[in-house]
Amino acid sequence: MTPVLEISGLRKTYRSRKGARNALDGFDMVVEAGQVHGFLGPNGSGKTTTLRTLLGLIRPDGGRMALLGREVPWHLPEVAGRVGAIVESPQFFGRFTAETTLSLLADAGGVDRARVPAVLDLVGLRDRAKEKVKTYSLGMKQRLAVASALLKEPTLLILDEPANGLDPGGIREMRTLMRDLSASGMTVLLSSHILAEIQLICDSVTIISAGRRITAGSVAEVLAQHTSGAVRVRLEPDTDQEEAARILREAGAQVTVETAGQLTVRDVTGPAQITRLLAQREIYLCELTPIAADLEDVFLELTGTTPVEGHHRQVDENALAVGQNGWGR
Amino acid sequence: MSLVRAETRRLFRRRLTSVLLIGVVLVLAAIAAGTFVSNEKAIPAQVAAAKQQAARQYQEAAAAAEVEKLRCLAAAPGSAEAANFPANCADLYTPRPSEFEYVWYLPETFELRDEFPEMISLFALLMAAAAYLIGATFVGAEWHSGAMMNLLLWRPQRLVVLGTKLGVFLGWLAGVTVLLGAAWAGAFRLIAEFRGDTGRMTSGVWQSFGLMGLRSLGLVLAVGAIGFALASLGRHTGMALGALIGLTAVQIGVYVLAGFSGLKFPEAYLVPLWGYVWLYKREVLEDWSCDGMTAGGDCAAETFTMTWQMAGVGSAVVLAVVVGAAMWAMRVRDVN
Ligand SMILES: Nc1ncnc2c1ncn2[C@@H]1O[C@H](COP(=O)(O)OP(=O)(O)OP(=O)(O)O)[C@@H](O)[C@H]1O
Ligand SMILES: [Mg+2]
Repeated sequence: MTPVLEISGLRKTYRSRKGARNALDGFDMVVEAGQVHGFLGPNGSGKTTTLRTLLGLIRPDGGRMALLGREVPWHLPEVAGRVGAIVESPQFFGRFTAETTLSLLADAGGVDRARVPAVLDLVGLRDRAKEKVKTYSLGMKQRLAVASALLKEPTLLILDEPANGLDPGGIREMRTLMRDLSASGMTVLLSSHILAEIQLICDSVTIISAGRRITAGSVAEVLAQHTSGAVRVRLEPDTDQEEAARILREAGAQVTVETAGQLTVRDVTGPAQITRLLAQREIYLCELTPIAADLEDVFLELTGTTPVEGHHRQVDENALAVGQNGWGR
Repeated sequence: MSLVRAETRRLFRRRLTSVLLIGVVLVLAAIAAGTFVSNEKAIPAQVAAAKQQAARQYQEAAAAAEVEKLRCLAAAPGSAEAANFPANCADLYTPRPSEFEYVWYLPETFELRDEFPEMISLFALLMAAAAYLIGATFVGAEWHSGAMMNLLLWRPQRLVVLGTKLGVFLGWLAGVTVLLGAAWAGAFRLIAEFRGDTGRMTSGVWQSFGLMGLRSLGLVLAVGAIGFALASLGRHTGMALGALIGLTAVQIGVYVLAGFSGLKFPEAYLVPLWGYVWLYKREVLEDWSCDGMTAGGDCAAETFTMTWQMAGVGSAVVLAVVVGAAMWAMRVRDVN
């Protein structure tokens, strides 16, 4: 498969009177055709900056980008017609109706205006299409933005937090919509903070922190790379919990004693080794479960943003950030 | 081409565009109607009536003066009554016939040749104000609302987008101005016909009106383009209005400074004067500081004649700078 989106070494520094901020610091990303690709990262890590740069709204300070096989921003006009996008919290001219807004975009982009009612219907705005956009709620504006992105019948869809403001039903509809679009051959790049959602619908993910890629790959790969390797062990009632822990520790494992005959064991070669070690001392198990990491665990671990009790994490505090992402000269 | 169509639709879908255009048409119509009502054609019967009225007024005034004189003569010297009059009763005011000109008693009449240039400049002023506002909001609201960003997602060629917007706006502005201008000229031609005088209207006079009309069109387009460019630079309609206030302050500052630093003709640095000169072709500025005393020791003013060419070049430079800056900013800026 050929990548529809490639970024390498992307740099962007925002300059202001206070100094310069490296929003992107040599960022790389690849999205293969036909995938639904999740784009994750803590607040301020550079997701929106990346997407805006890709779409030609922001000029990069370095690095290369290609969309649908063409270098951008130089060849952006050639591919813009096939890239549907919504950027963070999309805004529209409030005094126009949704219908007018979309038909003006259709005219500007040379798309048939007749598609407008269809996309409005698709996002559930059909009955409100003739109302002014300024009277719309947050989620309705978000739906309108999705409609505008779909209007082009894009081959690549770039969505920056599309679920922002959507109601639970809307989120689920969005999920179904993305599955359908992907099934019809569209590639979707999706940034979101709702990790359960991403885990459900994405084939692959890229995680960014402090302007750099910290991991990428299929969801399964990312989860596997970073499974804790931890196993939950439940002992038979009346077994000596401390004894079992000691045996495992001697074998080099890291053991946490939980309540009621439960141990969490890390750093062992495998569950088989646990059973063997304990059985040799006539300690028997009644349960042995590998603890599966979910995307949230992986995310928190990799980005170093796991909440610590009694500490208020500041936005720029994360795995890579030390001395890098602050305001500086 | 599709972008041109989209921008045309956008321009006329804006409520402010139609409100301002209708407003301008109403004001123009009101001025024309007012001129029509307050003027009358001078027919011979009216001239005769005016002469009669002037004579009657004179006679009334003369009779009143005569009564006063008699009262003055009748007053005993030293009495309270006498204090109201001068010592010599012959000093009392006596009206003369020349003080009652019959033209004052003629109704107002519209002289096309003399009065139409003012009407052209009034038209230019109104249209220019509307053009500034329409141009500024057309692009300003677009930036401010985020609609410009959406458009750029569809058409990433920024200069093409801004250039097309400006072109569409100026194209329609030119069309509307020419149309309204023609209606305006027609209206006053009719007013002169029915409520005034179309005398002395040689083809040369018509030609000069036509040229003034063209210069007005140029002024309207330039002001519209500047409003558009300032709002685009500031990404907000308000910026264009703020810039107007700022420029007024700067202009006053420049004028005062030019005066203080002993520069001659400080008015020449006032941009609004350029507009005036551009329309009326020339203006003579005078300097009474009298550095150059004449031999007799009396003061002769130095003069500087500002021509419409000078005003045109000056304004063109301002226009190019502002529009160029807007285009340049469009090319390089980050759109957030
Ligand atoms: N216009 C700007 N001027 C200065 N700094 C900016 C600007 N836009 C973004 N930044 C900074 O760049 C960094 C990356 O911001 P960005 O918006 O890309 O983050 P994000 O990953 O989209 O975050 P979020 O999840 O909160 O949307 C942040 O530190 C932010 O403060
Ligand atoms: Mg963001």
